[in-house]
Amino acid sequence: MTLPKVLRGRAWKFGDNIDTDQIIPAKYAIYSLDEKELGKHAMEGVPGRETWASQVGQGDIMVGGSNFGCGSSREIAPVAIRGAGISLVVADSFARIFFRNAINMGYPILQSPQASEAIEDGDELEVDLEQGIIRNFTKGDEYRSDSFPPFMNELLRMGGLVPWVRKQLEERRRTAATRG
Amino acid sequence: MGMTMTEKILARGAGRDSVRPGDLVLAKVDFAMGHDLTIPPAGKIMREQMGAERIWDPERVAVTQDHFQPAKDAASATLGRLTREFSQQMGIKWYFEVGQGGICHTVLPENGLVLPGELVVGADSHSCTYGALNNFATGIGSTDLACVLALGELWFRVPETLKFVYHNRLREWVEAKDLILYVIGQIGVDGARSKAMEHTGEALRHIDMEARLTMTNMAIEAGAKNGIMEFDEVTKAYLDPRAKRAYQPVTSDPDADYEKVFEFDAAKVELGVAKPMSPDNYAPLSEVAGTRLDQVFIGSCTNSRITDLRRAAAVLEGHKVAPGVRLIITPSSHQVAIQAEKEGLIGTFLAAGAAWTTATCGACLGGHMGVLGEGEVCLSTTNRNFPGRMGHPKAMVYLSNPAVAAASAVTGVISHPSEVLKQMPAEIR
Repeated sequence: MTLPKVLRGRAWKFGDNIDTDQIIPAKYAIYSLDEKELGKHAMEGVPGRETWASQVGQGDIMVGGSNFGCGSSREIAPVAIRGAGISLVVADSFARIFFRNAINMGYPILQSPQASEAIEDGDELEVDLEQGIIRNFTKGDEYRSDSFPPFMNELLRMGGLVPWVRKQLEERRRTAATRG
Repeated sequence: MGMTMTEKILARGAGRDSVRPGDLVLAKVDFAMGHDLTIPPAGKIMREQMGAERIWDPERVAVTQDHFQPAKDAASATLGRLTREFSQQMGIKWYFEVGQGGICHTVLPENGLVLPGELVVGADSHSCTYGALNNFATGIGSTDLACVLALGELWFRVPETLKFVYHNRLREWVEAKDLILYVIGQIGVDGARSKAMEHTGEALRHIDMEARLTMTNMAIEAGAKNGIMEFDEVTKAYLDPRAKRAYQPVTSDPDADYEKVFEFDAAKVELGVAKPMSPDNYAPLSEVAGTRLDQVFIGSCTNSRITDLRRAAAVLEGHKVAPGVRLIITPSSHQVAIQAEKEGLIGTFLAAGAAWTTATCGACLGGHMGVLGEGEVCLSTTNRNFPGRMGHPKAMVYLSNPAVAAASAVTGVISHPSEVLKQMPAEIR
């Protein structure tokens, strides 16, 4: 699974400190293994956004404020957002476990204080993932995102931690076979 | 340039002489933990997607059935079954069945499974709790856990360290919970985002191991990667009868580099709460005293160990829960429950009219046994009060220490414990 170079979609804007229990209330953790079902309840805990998941178009883009995804370590938070149809999350900053989980899933996220500040709900966006550039067609603006360390980019390019671990396991097996 | 404790542990895990904040390292893990919500996805990813058949070391993994167990519904029973089967198939040595373990973050320390100098990961955000025992411990996701189970290694970004120095001693009634709520109120829920919180100073030398665990438990509520404390005679006394492996304590070098040093006069910290709907919404108790309550919850990995229950029982002794209020007490482990029974605390709770439950995360994450309805107001000894955390998004949750919670259950409104108990006995303070 490799990422598309360019993503296009409508912006859905959220505020600061959106925590994982708002992204996907813990009661839905019983659907931990069912991404589509989780997606139906994404952002349900955000006051005023109870029916948000039913309005999202496939490929839309989520824009959060600071400390996006704080709270629990449950990976169902980015899974639910992906399950709702969101292709990319842009935020001013991410809480660390949400950040790790997204990278590990090979799910694209971008950190851009400039974009988080300027983008409004409903803006039409285009994102060049390789260049890290976010274009706002509604406002005629363009924003840069912060660059990630090379290893994180490698994980994203590979499709996350799963293919990376597969490769490590293969190398270990090869080494063991050579020794044997 | 010297290193902090956090840097030293990550350097050792990575097999390097030194690391600096911002370095990305691949490090060996000493101990890993997962539970009934995180083992099923991790096990599936590890076996079906990563193609691993075995885990790297069955003796260095613990699994607890704590979040939605005893099963709250049929779907949770399935998660419980998947967790149980995976643990059996992988031969996991430290598997804790319902009725024999309890909440992961109490179970691991009380069984001496997470030790000084170690690199510990847990698929639960409050895994930072273990750092009070002088280790690097952090919360990870399920794909992370699958990677650790398969390889015994994981990638980490070496965090900048923030140093928190607590001068003098906490005053009467003021607990470690009040101190950490105050600190989070000062720096905010992202005040330590992705960083290490190193706690030190005179005040910590005078608080017991369980109170220290309460402080590191809440590192994540300031956004931190880990919370860590020095090794001293209190740590040693706690671990002597428990430690399952030999260990090597770690200290920060005198010339270690801190991003920032915060200094607090612990003697000036008041009894306090976090008001709805964020753990950094700190207020002195006096500001919210008199707030009417529907439910009081004493439980969770933050504040439901035996010392917490002793203080709650001291307050409740000879009193009744106020009409119109319900008090739910959930011990954080089976061992805690056994000890509470021996000491007669359960009798005190039951006589007061409290509901006493089995050891589980339960109401803290709005799971079961105390979920809140729309508009209800709860005072809770837990760690997090974001909207919807304990149930309905419009429920209002205040966070406090156990003595305040117990006293407030008696009066029916948020109250200072001295309204119910003249003085906390010195031996359980």
